Amino acid sequence: MTARKHATPRPLSKVATGIQGFDEISHGGLPQNRTSLAMGGPGTGKTVFALQALVNAARDRKQPGLFVAFEEGASEIFANAATFGWGLPALARSALFFLDARLSPTVVQSGDFDLGGMLAILEAKKQELGAGWIVFDGVDVLLRLLQNPGAEMREIYRLRDWLADNDLTAIITAKIDGDASSPASYGFMQFMVDCVIRFDRRLEQEISVRRLEITKYRGSEFATGEFPLSFGPQGMEVAAPGTAEILHEAPSARVSSGFAGLDSMLGGGVFRGSSTLITGAPGTSKTTLAGKFAESACQRGERTLFVSFDESGARIQRNLTSVGIRLDAHMKSGLLRMYSGRTDVNNPEEHLIRIAALLLEHRPRCMVIDPLSAIARTGALSSARAVCNRLIYKMRDHRVTAIITALVGGDDPQVEATELQISTIADTWIHLSYVVRGGERNRALTIVKSRGTRHSNQVRELVLSAAGPALADVYSAGGEVLMGTLRWEKEAEERTRKLQRRAAFTHKRRELQFAEADIVARITALQLDLDRQRAELALYTPEDEVRHVTSDERENQLRKIRGAGAATKVAPVPSRRRVARISARSRGNGGKEPRRGP
Amino acid sequence: MARKRAKADAATAPVTTVVVMCLYVAGKAPNSVRAIANLEAICRRHLKGGYKLEIVDVCEHPRRALADGVLVTPSLTKVSPAPAANVIGNLSDTSSVLAALGLHAGDLN
Repeated sequence: MTARKHATPRPLSKVATGIQGFDEISHGGLPQNRTSLAMGGPGTGKTVFALQALVNAARDRKQPGLFVAFEEGASEIFANAATFGWGLPALARSALFFLDARLSPTVVQSGDFDLGGMLAILEAKKQELGAGWIVFDGVDVLLRLLQNPGAEMREIYRLRDWLADNDLTAIITAKIDGDASSPASYGFMQFMVDCVIRFDRRLEQEISVRRLEITKYRGSEFATGEFPLSFGPQGMEVAAPGTAEILHEAPSARVSSGFAGLDSMLGGGVFRGSSTLITGAPGTSKTTLAGKFAESACQRGERTLFVSFDESGARIQRNLTSVGIRLDAHMKSGLLRMYSGRTDVNNPEEHLIRIAALLLEHRPRCMVIDPLSAIARTGALSSARAVCNRLIYKMRDHRVTAIITALVGGDDPQVEATELQISTIADTWIHLSYVVRGGERNRALTIVKSRGTRHSNQVRELVLSAAGPALADVYSAGGEVLMGTLRWEKEAEERTRKLQRRAAFTHKRRELQFAEADIVARITALQLDLDRQRAELALYTPEDEVRHVTSDERENQLRKIRGAGAATKVAPVPSRRRVARISARSRGNGGKEPRRGP
Repeated sequence: MARKRAKADAATAPVTTVVVMCLYVAGKAPNSVRAIANLEAICRRHLKGGYKLEIVDVCEHPRRALADGVLVTPSLTKVSPAPAANVIGNLSDTSSVLAALGLHAGDLN
């Protein structure tokens, strides 16, 4: 939501602070060569804001700066900023100048004084360094010494004129006590400066929440409203709402969910850049599924981020080892980054900012948040919901394929829908539940929804073993999926049946083989018989011929001797008689008719 | 430009020690001009025994002021005798200046 404040013919030139989120809500940063006022109660982050802007300018844009500390000494500031990876002492040697402007408590005041001397010193330093930035930290401490509203105003105008003459981008921080909405004391200072940022800290459901708001920005539009801020490893981060329009790509490439059974249920895996929600009661192995996803991502060589809450990364890694998921090597190689947050310490906003920082730092392609529902444990539920929404959008912005787990109390997945309301934004929703049947508690996996992809409607049993999670084969009986022992029994029954079938088959086959062998044997015996017959036949034929010839010749000779006609007797007699005669004469030989005439 | 005014006369006042002071001013700023006048009046009245005053214009010698830890102007530093003392302001409140310098009004009258 933006509001146009003043229309200027010439756009105001801005200079980025490099503070994540602030440059977005201020639409570019602070006004260049003008003065900004950061005001707020104690411990709201004014000094860090100012110092971080200064450090970023010096480090990233090589723009030296001056820091005038009215409240803390340089060494204290260095110590405070040491928690952030800024390298402040090194910068202080080259590009930054810290002026310890605390007045000694032993100083006696006698009459009016002014800032002329200090400004002269700063001017000399500015020219020496070529500084473009200046911070007056805790200017209220100095002004209080003036003990005179008129003098205060005079010195502030002196400051303003000096800043205007010196072309410095300035941040003045000032404390305000009590209610932040009525900063009566610095009213004129707010008129004087071009940009006012109000810092605030308050308790929300026993959790301290810091916020900032831009209340004034001359000649510029800015995002109105309060924005939560927190402190990450790189300093302050402001939770900017991001762009109003959602412009996410929709890649059609698939990513394995970690094991084949689930991939095939999802029609080949989850979409690249999508977010998958896994809900379930405690102990339904949500973390195991998430861990499997992380492991397979690492095996593909993709950078992975594993965010867990209230349990250390080392413990998760150890626990996952028991189900055959090995993350240790990937953790060592730096491919996998484990981050564990404590939900009792930070509020949802701080978690979000931390995760967002990790996304930038580690640049993962896949990530796991286990469990996201832990975020809602502290602070107001409405802000937790907003955080979850923003988190999912942020992951999509970074094109990260994510698995998010969420704890639900009951077996009914609809409970989740009313709790954090992330199920509506998630692309795929897998629900894990316990099925109690036959005196057992078994894990069941259901895909509640999966956008833009064909997915199985089958309830499957999730089996955990040392080899990792797997989806058991489906056996249904009477419309129910069999699980646990019932499934095992069914499987055993199936096995027995299969064995029986196989035995019967073998038996039958063997029977047929015997029959075949028998026939073959008989064929062989007959063949042998046939051969013998043929051989005998071959043996007998020439002998018979000889016999025939001799007998015919002899008959003819006998006839000749007797003087009878040769063929007269023979002609009317059919061969049968001859055959009979032949067979009578020579046993075993027949059928051959005499062809030779006399 | 540092102006040095040494009015020490050890022979006339052997009992009192010489007070060494440094006044930091910012050019011709009203408070600075007033401070010089006020201090000179105090010295005339109360430091007859002898004093050494150095007036440093911060606008011209910012490095010196930085080294001496001077931030606001005008600012008076008593260098010796110990203990050292600092007074800020246009020195219009004479009694507080004298107290800071370790003198009491009337002591040396």
